[in-house]
Order: sequence, then structure tokens, then C-alpha cells
Amino acid sequence: MSRHDAVVVGAGLAGLTAAVRLAEGGASVLVLAKGVGATHLSPCTIDVLGYDPEPVDHPRDALRRLVDARPDHPYRLVGADGVAAAIDWFKGCFADGPLSPYAYAGSVDENMRLPTAVGVLRPSAVVPETMAAGDLRAGGEVCVVGFRALKDFHPVLLADNLGRAAGVQARGLELDVSPEDRADVNALGFARAFDDASFRARVIGQLAGRLGAGERVALPAVLGIADPHAAWRDLEDRLGRPVFEVPTLPPSVPGMRVFATLRERLRRAGGRVILNVVVTGAERAGARIIAVRARVGLRDAVHEADRVVLATGGFASGGLELDSGWVARETALGLPVAGVPAPGDSRFRPGYFDDHPIGRAGVAVDGDQRPVGPDGAPAFDNVTVAGATLAGAEPWREKSGDGLSLATGHRAGGLMLAESGAHAGPAAVGMGG
Amino acid sequence: MAAETGHDVLGELMRGSLDHCVKCTICETFCPVSNVTPLFPGPKYVGPQAERFRVPREESPDASLDYCSGCGICTQVCPQGVQIAEINTQARAKLRKRTGFRLRDRIIARPDLTGRLGTPVAPLANLMLHSRLPRRIADRLLGIDERAPVPAFAGRTFQAWARKHRSPPAPRRVAYFHGCGANWYEPDAGRRTVELLEYLGCQVDVPRGQGCCGLPLQSNGMFEPARRYVRRLTRRLAPSARHGIDIVGTSTSCTLMLKREAREILGLDDDPELRMVSDHVYDICEYLLMLHDRGELRTDFQPLPLTVTYHAPCQQQGHGIGKPALDLMALVPELRVIENDATCCGVAGTYGLKTEKYEIAMDVGAGLFAQIAEARPDLAVCDSETCRWHIEQATGVRTVHPIEILHRAAGLSGPGH
Ligand SMILES: Cc1cc2nc3c(=O)[nH]c(=O)nc-3n(C[C@H](O)[C@H](O)[C@H](O)COP(=O)(O)OP(=O)(O)OC[C@H]3O[C@@H](n4cnc5c(N)ncnc54)[C@H](O)[C@@H]3O)c2cc1C
Ligand code: SF4
Ligand code: SF4
Repeated sequence: MSRHDAVVVGAGLAGLTAAVRLAEGGASVLVLAKGVGATHLSPCTIDVLGYDPEPVDHPRDALRRLVDARPDHPYRLVGADGVAAAIDWFKGCFADGPLSPYAYAGSVDENMRLPTAVGVLRPSAVVPETMAAGDLRAGGEVCVVGFRALKDFHPVLLADNLGRAAGVQARGLELDVSPEDRADVNALGFARAFDDASFRARVIGQLAGRLGAGERVALPAVLGIADPHAAWRDLEDRLGRPVFEVPTLPPSVPGMRVFATLRERLRRAGGRVILNVVVTGAERAGARIIAVRARVGLRDAVHEADRVVLATGGFASGGLELDSGWVARETALGLPVAGVPAPGDSRFRPGYFDDHPIGRAGVAVDGDQRPVGPDGAPAFDNVTVAGATLAGAEPWREKSGDGLSLATGHRAGGLMLAESGAHAGPAAVGMGG
Repeated sequence: MAAETGHDVLGELMRGSLDHCVKCTICETFCPVSNVTPLFPGPKYVGPQAERFRVPREESPDASLDYCSGCGICTQVCPQGVQIAEINTQARAKLRKRTGFRLRDRIIARPDLTGRLGTPVAPLANLMLHSRLPRRIADRLLGIDERAPVPAFAGRTFQAWARKHRSPPAPRRVAYFHGCGANWYEPDAGRRTVELLEYLGCQVDVPRGQGCCGLPLQSNGMFEPARRYVRRLTRRLAPSARHGIDIVGTSTSCTLMLKREAREILGLDDDPELRMVSDHVYDICEYLLMLHDRGELRTDFQPLPLTVTYHAPCQQQGHGIGKPALDLMALVPELRVIENDATCCGVAGTYGLKTEKYEIAMDVGAGLFAQIAEARPDLAVCDSETCRWHIEQATGVRTVHPIEILHRAAGLSGPGH
């Protein structure tokens, strides 16, 4: 049985953000998670709000409208200013993180339009510096470069689709360069290769004389994992033009950079992470959780904590479950799940991007992100919920997943620090060296 | 791979976990082996994907599986609970059954046998083990890499010391499971463990005749002898467990074997004696930290003005207990501990000894070795013996168990140690 100021359940963007904030604010923190979260899968662009349902140009304004129209939406908890504060904090994490000077660009005021792996322009607010030149709001000429050995990235398909966007002129080019001349290399394998100047030189060599004067270069998001800033800058300098990354299918190298940055900050601040641990319940004393129970291999472990952050994600990560009898469950603490259609009512609509009745299910919370029951009363006083577990959002339709997880995780950490009397202000940023 | 004894529920659950794979590739990004060599296609491929093609009574088509080191990191990071490494270990056993077991694997998988043979003739055996020519011959004939670290026989066993040692009565009683490493190669490490436990208020039993836990046999696919070994060991440890005495071990991979792997991978979960022992086994740092959490650990350690690095080996991480060694070392005044940020040193038990795998093991460990070199520590600290030997050989930095640090801080090592 261990004792910590805070136990954070979940190691995705929300959980890690809360954990880093708590640890850097002086709390002893233990993160328990079944496995790694969605960082390794999602592009890890901080998409605050992409559609409402039309494409959003100014997320700060759109956020205000969203919160007014949908008082049950979790963005009400943080508001535009809370999102902005979380973004500042997040950028600060990179400033003196292990990948510095790799940085994030953008703000909550404006959405860029960046190409996806299939060449659709999607709205994104805050993105890796290595992606920012892919903002094609004003159109432009793009040469999309892919690699034969990177099987899930199709430059010609991407360019064809991109060419349909207003003012964008795009063409695809596939290179036959791969690490050690291997025939099949995943995104991480390429990223490691791009950390190596001689591999970059091979790529640059193959591009020599093949680029048009006004063309910028799009590459899959594999430009380095140890020192992405150097790899990207080197390519820009030597190709003499803007170069940008386009997110790939999983694994997501930009997401791994985020994971590495937050994980290292947590480590430096003395926080601990245990993976392969399934939280299965809690011990309570009155309205407080005093310990969480976890399944570790063939044993049960008990971890005492003053406070618990629940950031277990939604249905995709197993934080929420819906069984065939329509019974929804929050898997870690057994909290009530709100927004589940009544048995017999339909859960889904036919179209993928339809407004699915089950889509907003999750844990309902009060203004302090404490879980509430059907009567609206807090289920626990010392539990804070963050990220994709929260009820009321539809991240897939809104394009708000990482924005929500970052902002609510950031606030969860701040709320807990404030409550425990520790210093939660901006000065907590940048500590922990 | 059902146990001979009955219906293997855990085994079925374990294999069934492959249906939870969503192909997210997270395991692939963490696998230390597939990240350094194209010879191994990675956990998702050889685990949940290939397992579907390994039909009972049909030959497995894929031999690349042999390059999985069994480090278990894939299982730790998988968010869907797929027991990739365990599935691989079972599949490897099937593969080896078909291809036959190499003489080399039969030798390196039996540290107690080599220990028994080498100990009486330690000076000669050590000379052979550490001279060029015999090592070259062993490399060419057997496939044990001539550059791989092999420990020296101590020439005396820990058991021999323990037989003469009387542990004074104390309020708490524990049994010490010392493992092959301490018995044949590092008897002083075993002695230090006993001394420290006594200092911390424990009466220490050392059950006689403890043999090997069978882990190296299991990793090398020899499940039948592995089951015999683990059963023999549990017979020795069972009396302690039966009396409610907790069993602590300094070999972190061997305690994991008793806690989980023998039950899950070897299909011995229905063995009541193993289950009883298993329920009482603790990694020693886990146990000491548990005492500390209960306020029952003596913490008046002396200052130790040293800089050390700490690497939590992959097998230790398999316990799912975090890094208790860090918390324990934090109790020592003036000790500066630099936590390494690495998952695996590469050696993975016997993997890095093999000629065809030695270089992979060195590549896997390269990041860790660089961190240690950069830190220029007085000592490196790591919980697993094979990892310590590998790290020491690769970095030239003396590498010790966390217990040795605590032993020093308890003032038990005396000056000059
Ligand atoms: C392929 C993909 C692409 C995406 N693309 C985008 C995009 O372009 N833009 C965008 O904004 N969003 C995107 N998203 C969504 C976004 O990534 C997620 O909404 C967000 O990252 C969720 O973060 P989280 O921390 O809330 O949850 P997660 O990252 O899901 O983390 C949940 C954590 O909880 C753990 N856990 C769950 N249950 C338990 C339990 N019982 N015990 C212990 N641990 C448990 C999990 O192992 C995990 O560590 C994408 C997601 C995916 C999968
Ligand atoms: S991490 Fe788990 S779910 Fe993801 S690909 Fe690997 S085995 Fe499948
Ligand atoms: S056990 Fe280790 S080497 Fe084997 S597949 Fe998993 S991560 Fe890779």
C-alpha cells in the first residue's frame, strides 16, 4: 500500500497534464494506467474546436457560442481563458523540455487549416512548429513527398485530394529512400532515421532539381524523434523553402514527442508512473476516496491518496464501457455514467459523422469537475475528472479531443493544487528542473 | 499450452487477450528489439497477429519470433491488456519444440547446473570463462558470444554461508529467496541482504536447497524442465508460506516468475503449493517500501556522499510496483540518485549471451549505457543480476543491487568497502 498526495488514473494527455502540474506544484503524484494513452495515436495537434458544425476560424469566439448554446458541454468548465492558459502552459512544457527548442505554434484565437494524411484541410489551433507551414488557408503550391517504405502514407492520393481545396496546387512524389534500405519501415523507424543528418542528406539528394520554385514541401510527420527541431530546420535550410509535416496513421511521432516531453517533466518533478495496472475500484470514507484499488498481474494493490484525478478516456480506451444489456460503466471508480440512451432507444445513427445519441455519454461533473450522480450532487469530494471521460462533448464531430483533454487536465491539476494550498499559479510553470 | 494437471484458465485468458488488439501499434513503438533490428518485425506482428495462425497441431510459419527477448515491455504499454510477451513466450516454446533445442540453450538455461559444476573448480572455471581462447571456442562451437559478460564463480555458495549463520530472533520474520545469482556468483550480495534485513528488524530464514526458479528454461522454450524446477523450488519455499512468513527475493525476474509467470505462462495456476508461495513472494525493495509505508522501517541511515544512477530493469517493471528502489534510496542522506530513462539494457536474461543476439543486446542498451557514461556515477544501481553484469561490462561502471546501497547506508559495510 503506497501513499501519495494524488493518484492520477490514466496516462493520456489529460492524465499526464494533470500529473505534471501537480508534481511541479509540489505534490507527490502516482500515475496508474492500463497502458499508454491516445498520444501515440492522435496527431497531438491541440484542436480546440474545429467544427460548430461549420469549420471554425476563430475558436475563442466559437467556444463562447458553444458554451452558451450547450451548458452541459465540458468546455463550460474551462472557458476560452482556461483553454488559453492551458495552451500557454503546454507550450511552456516544451520550452525547457527534453526536445527543446522543438515548440508548438498557434493560439486559441485562430484556426489554421492543415492537411490530413488523406489531403483534407482540417482546422487546428495549436500545432507543432514542424506542421505550421502546412497552414493552407491562403492556398499555395505544395509538393507532397512520401516514401515507398512508409506504407500508410500516399503522397499522390494526398496531393490529389489537396488539389481540390481552394487555391491549393499540389502534386505527389514518392521517394525510394529508406533506413538501411528496408522495404517496410513504420513512422517511428523513419523518425529515428531523420534524426541522422546523413539520412536527411540522402532525402535532400533525391529531391535536388525536382522541386518547383514556389513549392513548399510536405513530408509525413516523421522528421525526428530525438531532435525534431534540428531535423526540420536542416531540411528547410537545405531545401531553401518551407517544409512541413503531415500527420500519419498511428503510430504518431508528434504524439510520441508530447508523451516524451510530459513524461520527462513528470519524472524530473518526482512523479511516478506505473503501467499495466487496471484500477478497479476505490475505498471510501464518507464522501472521500481514501484509496484506489488496482489489479496488478494476479494481485490486487491498494494505493492511498488524498486526491484522485480520473482521466481514463472514453469508450475507445476502456475508461467507459457499455455492455450488450445497455449498462454503461465507468471502469475505474464505478462512477455514474450520464447521457446513455435508455434501453431500447437507438444508440447510433446511420452516418459516421451523425449526432449519435451515445456520443455524449460520460461522467457528469459539477463546476469543480467533481463527478456527480443523477441528482446532480457530487459523488465524491476529492475526485476530479478530466479528458475524454467527461460527458457532454462530441470530440469526433467537434474536433475538440486534444483541446478538451489538455484544458480539463490542466484545470484538474490546478484545482487540486489550489485546494491543497500549494502554489498553483503561473510560477508553477517551468519548475522541476 | 495447457498444464498437464488440468484446465488452464489463465492460459486461455492470456491467449484470448489477443482479441482485444486494436492494432494501435503502441507496443511497436516501445519494443526495444524491433527498434534496433529489422530481424524482428515487432510485438504486434509476432504477438496478436501471428498467434492467429499458430493453430494447434500445425506448424508455426514464423521464426522471427525467436528474436523477441521476452523483456515484457510490450505487455506493459499495451492499453488494451493484450499479453503480448506472454503469448510470444508460449509460441517460442512451440517453435523450439519443432526446431529442437540447441545445446547452448540447454546450458545457459540451467544456471544452477553450471553453478554446481563450476563452483568446486572455480579458479579453473573462471580462468576458462575469462580467457580468450576458450571463449572463442565456445562462441564458434556453441554460439555463446565471446564478448558477452559471464559472471565469475565465487567458489563458495551463499547456502554454505547461510547454513552456518544464525539469524537472531526479531519481531518480524521473513524467508529469503536468494536465487541462483546470489548462491553461485554473488554470495556476498546474499549475505548483505541478510545483514540488512536483520538490521531492519527481521529474523531471516534461508530455506535450504533452493534451486533455480526455471525462468531461463522458460525463456528458452523448455517448459517441461522449467515446470519441474519451479515446483522443486516451491516445495522448498512452501513451508515458510504455510506459516504465513513472507518470502523476499533479490532476483527481481525470479520473484516475478514465482508471482506470475509460472502461473500464467507455464500454466501452473492450479498448483496449490505454487499459488501459496506466489501469494507470499515480494521483490525485496517492494517489501521494504511496504514496511516504510506502514511506518515500520528503520530509516536512520548514515549519509552516503555518492552519485549513483538507477536503472529499473524491464523485469522489475513487470511487477507493476513502480520503482520502490528510488523511494528507498531517497531515505539515504547525501546520496544523489540519477534515474535513468531507459526501458531495457538489452541482455534480457540469457538473450544477450547468444552470438546471434549479442549485438542486438548492445544496441538495445546503447541509450542506457550513454546515460550512465554521461552521469559518471560512483556506482550504477539495478535490481537484476544479469542486467548488472551486462551494464558493468558495457560501461565499466561497477553496478550493484539497491540493497548494497542500503547496506552501506546502514553502516554495515564498514570502511574500505
Ligand atoms: C487515432 C486517433 C486520432 C485522433 N485524432 C485527433 C485529432 O486529430 N484531433 C483531436 O483533437 N483529437 C484527436 N483524437 C482524440 C484525442 O486524441 C483524445 O480525445 C484525447 O487524446 C484523449 O485523451 P485522454 O487523456 O482524455 O484519454 P486517453 O488518451 O484515451 O487516455 C486514457 C488513459 O486511461 C487509461 N485507462 C483507461 N481505463 C483505465 C482503468 N480502468 N485503469 C487504469 N487505467 C485506465 C488508459 O490506459 C490510458 O492511459 C484522436 C484519437 C485517436 C485514437
Ligand atoms: S499495443 Fe496492444 S492493442 Fe496496440 S497493437 Fe500492440 S497488442 Fe495491439
Ligand atoms: S517482449 Fe520485449 S522484445 Fe519481445 S516483443 Fe515485447 S517488447 Fe519486443
